[in-house]
Amino acid sequence: MARVRTGVRVVGAVLAAVLGASLAGCSSTGGKRAEERAKAAAAGRPAVSTPRWTFAMITHAGDGDTFWDIVQKGAKEAAAKDNINFVYAHDDQAQQQAQFVQNAIDQKVDGIVVSLAKPEALKDVLGKAVKAGIPVITVNSGSAQSAAYGALTHIGQDEEIAGEAVGTELNKRGRKKAVCVLHEQGNVGHEQRCAGAKKTFSGTMENLYVEGTNMPSVQAAIQAQLQADPSVDAIVTLGAPFAPTAVKAKEAAGSKAEVDTFDLNESVARDLKSGALGFAVDQQPYLQGYEAIDLLWLYRYNANVLGGGRPVLTGPQIVTADEAGKLEEYIKRGSR
Amino acid sequence: MSAAAPADGRDERLAPTSTLRKLLARPELGSVVGAVAVFVFFSIAAPTFLQASSLSTILYSASTIGIMAAPVALLMIGGEFDLSAGVMVTTSALVSSMFSYQMTANVWVGVGVSLLVTLAIGFFNGLMLTRTKLPSFIITLGTFLMLTGLNLGFTKLITGTVSTKTIADMEGFPSARALFASQWTIGSVTLKVTILWWLAIVAVATWILLRTRAGNWIFAVGGGADAARATGVPVVKTRIGLYMGVALCAWISGQHILFSFDVVQSGEGVGNEFLYIIAAVIGGCLMTGGYGSAIGSAVGAFIFGMTSNGIVYAQWNPDWFKFFLGAMLLLATLLNAWVRKRAEASK
Repeated sequence: MARVRTGVRVVGAVLAAVLGASLAGCSSTGGKRAEERAKAAAAGRPAVSTPRWTFAMITHAGDGDTFWDIVQKGAKEAAAKDNINFVYAHDDQAQQQAQFVQNAIDQKVDGIVVSLAKPEALKDVLGKAVKAGIPVITVNSGSAQSAAYGALTHIGQDEEIAGEAVGTELNKRGRKKAVCVLHEQGNVGHEQRCAGAKKTFSGTMENLYVEGTNMPSVQAAIQAQLQADPSVDAIVTLGAPFAPTAVKAKEAAGSKAEVDTFDLNESVARDLKSGALGFAVDQQPYLQGYEAIDLLWLYRYNANVLGGGRPVLTGPQIVTADEAGKLEEYIKRGSR
Repeated sequence: MSAAAPADGRDERLAPTSTLRKLLARPELGSVVGAVAVFVFFSIAAPTFLQASSLSTILYSASTIGIMAAPVALLMIGGEFDLSAGVMVTTSALVSSMFSYQMTANVWVGVGVSLLVTLAIGFFNGLMLTRTKLPSFIITLGTFLMLTGLNLGFTKLITGTVSTKTIADMEGFPSARALFASQWTIGSVTLKVTILWWLAIVAVATWILLRTRAGNWIFAVGGGADAARATGVPVVKTRIGLYMGVALCAWISGQHILFSFDVVQSGEGVGNEFLYIIAAVIGGCLMTGGYGSAIGSAVGAFIFGMTSNGIVYAQWNPDWFKFFLGAMLLLATLLNAWVRKRAEASK
């Protein structure tokens, strides 16, 4: 018993020391405080007096996905402004995602936002939602099926068009041989991106499948590909977290390839500025989440529908070193 | 366990036991207590949990796990693991869909071919295990990785994409859908056919375990393979049979996924094998083999269904979803072990 008590005392002393040090040694730049100042500007208090509706958002995101975190942030901030009770659920297995939509229907929510990466799996359950009179808006993927499944609007980026933009940009940069890195097996949108890039790219492009949930293996796979084929001069990753990994792989393999990526995050912005990355294609995830919730609200409040039956596009937007500086602070606060 | 005893030779082991005693000695008793606890918890924590429509959703969710948990429980009683069970479900759905589509055959042909292929995978697992004497953990881990690769590789090779093409407009689809993925709506409640499959599989598994010679063999092999072999139990046959049982149910699950969603994603099913194992363990199966029940696996699957959906109905932050799931399952298993200890002490 006595030994335990001494242990507790030692831990207490260490904690006190650490706390003291952190209070004494303040940083005047960056850090949590700067983040909080930025946040206070966009603090969420309802700006409307409509009833408190519940909107559920169900996506095909895996755990700990940066991109979807930003989508969720946009949705949350719109929900705060529109006086919405916002519920979020996600699973990368189609069956589980369908289950979550069913859960939302069971809870009689007032609106559903759903991503259709695996459209057929959600067809029946979305039909049920529509039959139950719940307005549905699709985001991010599934623009082709959205209207057929009875959704009001689709908000997102046409993956094929985004891919084509990448191919055109690669041509502009005089690239000859590219590798398209797919990090999520079974994602139709990713396939479309690479197919679109292949279509407009005048050089040759190969697909490389990697295990997105396991970063070291992603690096090893890209490295192996570059070592096997030294003539590769462009690597396109489909998600921001994979760009720095591709840069690392390229350096380790001693390759001269340019790394380009879809989506943004802090390190992508930094690497764009420093020239480690060529360009990024942004689809503005914040906008996807924000607009989805806001449009549901508009539909509930005023029966407004945006898009005239066509998808509302949030991208592609090519970001190069010139724009990266401006976006960096927004990326830092997690809204780009 | 009510082991079949020889009719003659009266000794104290054959003394009749009271019904209550028998009930207390069942392996699934603890899980039933756990299920009641989880049910009460979510009834309080989640306002929409007790709706009829929510309960039918939970039952469906439980059935999709439970169909696989029953044969996995039998396999674990037999002292083995199958880590390939999750992707095997996807394999079976892929084979069915792609065979029908590519051959432009009646959908039922694909379903039949898929049954043969899936059973062959189960046979392969069992055969490798009995031939190589390697632990089943290793063998099925190898199968799991190979199947994951085959699923992706073949699908891409054949369809050019990562998912199968739609077969909803092909002959035989409606009747196959009726068998594997139909549903009845009674008022606001939708009951899916998988619930019936699940109950049937659990009933058959229980009958095998408690009423047949094969059931005794399973317990014997799980309790100690060498001793079992010495007493004339066909160890090899039993093990291969157990793996083929898992394969059979993987086929049923796979057909359900195919006919309810019409298109199959090639990368799915990974990780589900652990859910089946968890359901079996909550239901009273020991990780060491030789003890457990099929009914327990059903209760375990029901606990899983209640937990995974209850968290959603309670509107908790999804970031914590896996944590709650793990904590709940751990608590249910602990409670289960505690109840079992108490039950054994009172004998």
